[in-house]
Amino acid sequence: MLDHLFYTLQLADNALILGHRLGEWCGHGPVLEQDIALTNISLDHIGQARSLYQHAAHLTNEIPQEQRAKIFQSVTLNNKINSGELLQEDDLPYLRDAWDFRNALLTEQPNGDWAYTVARSFFYDVFYFLYYTKLKDSKDAQLAAIAEKSLKEVAYHQRWSSEWMIRLGDGTEESKTRIQNAVNDYWQYSGELFVMSDAENAMLKKGIGVDAAALKPEWDAKVEAIFKEATLSIPEEKWMQKGGKQCRHSEHLGFILAELQYMQRAYPGMEW
Amino acid sequence: MTVRDFQEAFDEKIDKEIAIEPRDWMPDNYRKTLIRQISQHAHSEIVGMLPEGNWITRAPSLRRKAVLLAKVQDEAGHGLYLYSAAETLGITRDEMVEQLHSGKAKYSSIFNYPTTTWADIGAIGWLVDGAAIMNQVALCRTSYGPYARAMVRICKEESFHQRQGYEILLHMSKGTEIQRKMVQDAIDRWWWPSLMMFGPTDDDSPNTAQSMRWRVKRFTNDELRQRFIDVTVEQCKILGMELPDPELKWNEERGHFDYGPIDWEEFWNVVNGNGPCNRERLKARNDAWEKGAWVRDAALAYSEKRKKRAKEADTKAA
Repeated sequence: MLDHLFYTLQLADNALILGHRLGEWCGHGPVLEQDIALTNISLDHIGQARSLYQHAAHLTNEIPQEQRAKIFQSVTLNNKINSGELLQEDDLPYLRDAWDFRNALLTEQPNGDWAYTVARSFFYDVFYFLYYTKLKDSKDAQLAAIAEKSLKEVAYHQRWSSEWMIRLGDGTEESKTRIQNAVNDYWQYSGELFVMSDAENAMLKKGIGVDAAALKPEWDAKVEAIFKEATLSIPEEKWMQKGGKQCRHSEHLGFILAELQYMQRAYPGMEW
Repeated sequence: MTVRDFQEAFDEKIDKEIAIEPRDWMPDNYRKTLIRQISQHAHSEIVGMLPEGNWITRAPSLRRKAVLLAKVQDEAGHGLYLYSAAETLGITRDEMVEQLHSGKAKYSSIFNYPTTTWADIGAIGWLVDGAAIMNQVALCRTSYGPYARAMVRICKEESFHQRQGYEILLHMSKGTEIQRKMVQDAIDRWWWPSLMMFGPTDDDSPNTAQSMRWRVKRFTNDELRQRFIDVTVEQCKILGMELPDPELKWNEERGHFDYGPIDWEEFWNVVNGNGPCNRERLKARNDAWEKGAWVRDAALAYSEKRKKRAKEADTKAA
């Protein structure tokens, strides 16, 4: 049961944190049309996160109360659980602390310039397109339905970020340098997507989760093809950072949550 | 046809309420007035994204976050239609953007006020979008066709935004004491600047007569302001809040609410650059534009390379 919850949270946290990051661009994009496109993508991620958190809240509520109050290391959340209240969509995103978040490190990396934002999204989108394609056959009907619905969105995200990789790589000297730098810096966060977390391993056995590690060859092939068209080089760096999926994060996540959770922290228990 | 004939044909169309279209002859001043008005309107949409965008990362729930993102995105979309409508009058979007960034073009002064609490997101929707709609509904019948048509689309979305904003405040007003305090504080700060959005009083608005004659404007600033006050007072009662004007009172004889004096000194100061956020807002727009220059250059360079390659491939095939 816990693994099922953690697995769902891993997906939800990825969608929320990346959606939140992309939302930071709103009003500051390089050109109006792209401001709109990026906000659209951010909205898709937030929408996916909402469905996934609703599911995660439901899975939490199914766990016996005594055990439920020991899952997360958050005073506010545990007080709520101890009072007998059932969790809802916003409780897990707004009341958990960073050490209970399960998003991949990639998603919490800063927006940087346009090139960093594009590179981060590209690694993520190619992965998630493959991932949701498999997840739509999950034995968890809820996850399967979310994956199926999200797949259309992710197909668009993948097209958008691939096109920008090519445009920047094969654009001007400056854009090529910038996107290559971004790729070099964020490459080390791409590997974690394929490192199976404990929850992923457990859910794979039950036919609920996806074998992320098995998606690597297809991801490599797609990335290589786009890099080739973009005239970019694949970084030689082989060492990959990992930890986010097992709740060990970079310094960035704390600041993201400080903003994201500020209202719920300053005015606990109020509805907005 | 002589200029005089053209002028007569134009006047006749205006009188018969026939829309003026981009290819029609129009007096230079009509064109200039419209470029000024439509581009100001477009800039207001774009600068208006900033005070609301300020709360996207801090929205108090996922639903509110999604709704706010969608709203700010709508404003960007309005900016796009309006820039396109202005382009039909013979100015480019780049020229207009340049005028905004240099400080030559104006945008609605209301966006020079800060959004300091979540209730401001509600207050902007309710009061600022509400005031904007008063103006915009009238503009759906403005004499210039492309502008009128853009306004029809925009009005539909704006009235949706206004309801969303009001709903934020209504929800908060049914909450805790501290939430009600937050709503009242936002109303206190946004009420007067919202009234200023209609512009100077009629006695002090030199362009009104000409704009009314051209049917660019359909109602005067004071008429629209009064209409806004009359509907807003009732909505405020439902919230259980107060409008910060001790002189606000129903006048049986006029059939309208009387209201206290507007601080025009503040208005003109904000218009002329001394509002609390004028410098920040312009800097944010300039920064986004400058930091985006290499991205726009890359997109242009790439599309030219593609065209060239396609042409070379065609030549080879032939």
